[in-house]
Amino acid sequence: MARITVNGEAREIDAPEATPLLWALRDTLGLTGSKYGCGVGLCGACTVHVDGRAERSCMLRLGDVEGATVTTIEGLHPQGDHPVQAAWRELSVPQCGFCQAGQIMQAASLLEENPNPTDEEIASAMDGNICRCGCYERIVAAVRLAATGS
Amino acid sequence: MLSHLKEAGVLDAAAGIDATGPLRPLAIAKLDRRMFLAGAGVGLAALAAPAHAFEPWKTGGSDMPNGLVSDPLVFVTIDPDGTVTIVAHRSEMGTGVKTSLPMVLADEMGADWERVRIVQAPGDEPRYGNQNTDGSRSMRHHIQTMREMGASLRLMLAEAAAERWGVGAGAVSVGVHEVREAMGGQTLGFGDLAEAALARPVPAREALSFKDESEFRYIGREVVRIADLRGITDGSAVYGADIRLPGMKYAVIARPPVAGGKVASLNAEAALAAPGVERVETLEGGALPAGFGPLGGVAVIASSTWAALDARDLLEIAWEAGPHGGYDSGAYRAMMEEMAARDAAIVRDRGDWPAAKAAAARVVSATYHQAHMAHASMEPPAAVADVRADRAEIWAPSQSPYDARKDVAKALGMEIDQVTLHVTLLGGGFGRKSKGDFVTEAALLSQRVGAPVLVQWTREDDIRHDYLHTTSVERLEAAVDGEGRVTGWLHRSVAPTILSTFAPNPEAALPIELGMGLVDTPFATPALRCESAVPPAHARIGWWRAVSNVPHAFAIQSFTHELATELGRDHRAVLLELIGPDRVIDPKAEGMPDDLWNYGEPYDGFPIDAGRLKHVLNVAADAIGWGSETPEGEGLGLAVHRSFVSYVAAAVRVKIDGGQVRVPEVHMAVDCGFAANPERIRSQMEGAAVMGMTATLHSAVTYRDGAAEQSNFNDYQMVRATNFPEKVTTHIVDHPFSVKATGVGEPGVPPVPPAICNAIFAATGKRFRSLPIGEYIDV
Repeated sequence: MARITVNGEAREIDAPEATPLLWALRDTLGLTGSKYGCGVGLCGACTVHVDGRAERSCMLRLGDVEGATVTTIEGLHPQGDHPVQAAWRELSVPQCGFCQAGQIMQAASLLEENPNPTDEEIASAMDGNICRCGCYERIVAAVRLAATGS
Repeated sequence: MLSHLKEAGVLDAAAGIDATGPLRPLAIAKLDRRMFLAGAGVGLAALAAPAHAFEPWKTGGSDMPNGLVSDPLVFVTIDPDGTVTIVAHRSEMGTGVKTSLPMVLADEMGADWERVRIVQAPGDEPRYGNQNTDGSRSMRHHIQTMREMGASLRLMLAEAAAERWGVGAGAVSVGVHEVREAMGGQTLGFGDLAEAALARPVPAREALSFKDESEFRYIGREVVRIADLRGITDGSAVYGADIRLPGMKYAVIARPPVAGGKVASLNAEAALAAPGVERVETLEGGALPAGFGPLGGVAVIASSTWAALDARDLLEIAWEAGPHGGYDSGAYRAMMEEMAARDAAIVRDRGDWPAAKAAAARVVSATYHQAHMAHASMEPPAAVADVRADRAEIWAPSQSPYDARKDVAKALGMEIDQVTLHVTLLGGGFGRKSKGDFVTEAALLSQRVGAPVLVQWTREDDIRHDYLHTTSVERLEAAVDGEGRVTGWLHRSVAPTILSTFAPNPEAALPIELGMGLVDTPFATPALRCESAVPPAHARIGWWRAVSNVPHAFAIQSFTHELATELGRDHRAVLLELIGPDRVIDPKAEGMPDDLWNYGEPYDGFPIDAGRLKHVLNVAADAIGWGSETPEGEGLGLAVHRSFVSYVAAAVRVKIDGGQVRVPEVHMAVDCGFAANPERIRSQMEGAAVMGMTATLHSAVTYRDGAAEQSNFNDYQMVRATNFPEKVTTHIVDHPFSVKATGVGEPGVPPVPPAICNAIFAATGKRFRSLPIGEYIDV
């Protein structure tokens, strides 16, 4: 039994401690916005915030996040209107969309730590998030838009 | 009002998929609201007589299984509150088709996009027509029926209003989501008229009037947002593995390392004892030719994905490799190179190649190679099945849902009517999800377990056991006369064929493979010969975005550059000369085979147009400043290719930075006929530049001892945010509606790898003839 706060709500998760956070979120809590893309921290599709920092939820075990505060894409903003989400829509970033929850969580974390990143800092922060459809140019532009409003 | 959609299962499907979120209006870009207001007054289409009719043209759509359906009552309903519900019958994998086709219908109908709701059709081709979302066909085949249905509904709404007011049909006009009486100025909304309008007979096509292009509010206007934009950005969008059903089990499957391998022995004791594990089941399948049947292996069925994954590692399985245990990519390439050095079956012959070669002042030749590639969509295959005694309900990210449904019914021993297949969003497809192996696996396991089952392929499963892009060796030779003119052209292509996935020991490539950039080569050289040889396949070969066009265009467009370099001439000039005068190519006169595929399109309607091909080349070349000086370490590269009856040229700037290949600038020039949704055309070209760069630098699945050597994104790498085509500019050739719309999902990819390699040569003098080349090169 792990106790974590997920999207502002205290949850008790009845799953073995070794369970990766990703699968606890998806299968136990039914929060399917975080995606499975590789299972080994190589693609970023499962990115969530743990105590405010972007983490690959496939690489953290429930035992590692006991007592932690976890935010998933479903809880990033109550209406889904976080500036990063709004920027993603403004620039029509997604194609298939599967990686975008992870991209958005990564970008939101970056802007929390560094509200006005350079293009190099954006690229470097987003490098762990793969987009097979190839939306990178719009992703970088959307992070910039969320940061600067232009 | 929704009853006919309910009967078809559409709304149930939508409810199943959209259960996490309320109905939301579709968003429209802010900048266009002004235009809507300004345009509202001119959006009234005359009804008195058919006007602005577009002459229908034949496409291959009517020859596809179950053809085209243009019954508006199948695709559209209108609620009393005015909500217009439009069915998207093609699968959404990132091209925007779920938005673009309904957008065409809505615009012609006069519907306000903010009051349009889109629902995804289940797999049901007898009802919706062909749903096989593949071959860049959706816009090409369905733009006409979408307009026809929209025009039918506009007329039905107008007639209903005229009847209500007791006036002639000529006395009303249709504005935005309302009908107006010309004299009295009364208006009725679409919702007010819905019941009466939808009860009217569907008009004959001859009775329809169509909007003038100047009246379009969405088509070609870049104002419509993609349908699932909010769900994708807030996490509520539903993909294959996101379905949750009461009592659902989770399954992962241990796969035979070698294609067609079998379980020799199995000890599942430890796995069965692991927490959460309920069953271990052996699934047959995977022997070549594998078709779309289950890949098979040993399935662990558990209470969560993790419990199944964890226990899968505890299975003790000895695999019997079977006939493909010796597959070795190095040896296979050497064999293909040997085949490419010898004469092969002639598949196109114009003029006299042997004479041209014998008379040549010089013969230039080169041999190219491409490794197998995996699709690696970000969503690995996953599907959910709930199989009961007398019926089955399936949820799957399927590119061809009716085919998957048929396969499932057959595997379960059911009639097709007992199987419902809901289509989720696809987290990428690229051809992989045309194949329903993973869907049938979920169905068979659910049937055995007696509970709903989600089958999750791992990334390792996906890369090791894909329906691979073929591997190939391409041999090119050019005969050049004393004046430096190219008098003959030989292209010999050696590659295992897709047919090997469906039939044992095929002896020849399929016309569709030969027709993708080999026998349709649009060069005007006096002699032109194409040859093909087919070595046996040792893995499942499938189709990967743009298919055989990728290796063919890589070889041809690299070779034209090598030829230009040999002759000391400009690449663009040589390409234009090879393509020859502006003309519509006569395939018979130019020695193309009688079974020239032409992407399933009637040749007369979709011919190879040398002028259009040259035009996109010139647009891309001019845009990048072709011929200008480049700084040290930089180079420009060009390539142009017709595929899927679209014309695309890529012009790229490469910069070699500490040995790393970087692509700071790309211009994609595309002629896809009439551009219905330019914004999604651009996104497809941007994506093609990225996928083309990944194919150039990284993509190889190689085999040793019969097994794939790659397994995840560490060894099957992707272009990432620190090194991608940084600025992609798409130039869309402007055409009126009468220039038949074609597709853009695939044709952006083929010119990108050769353009990058040509630019690397320009930057470094180093020629790469084997894909992938690696991200870092020795210079």
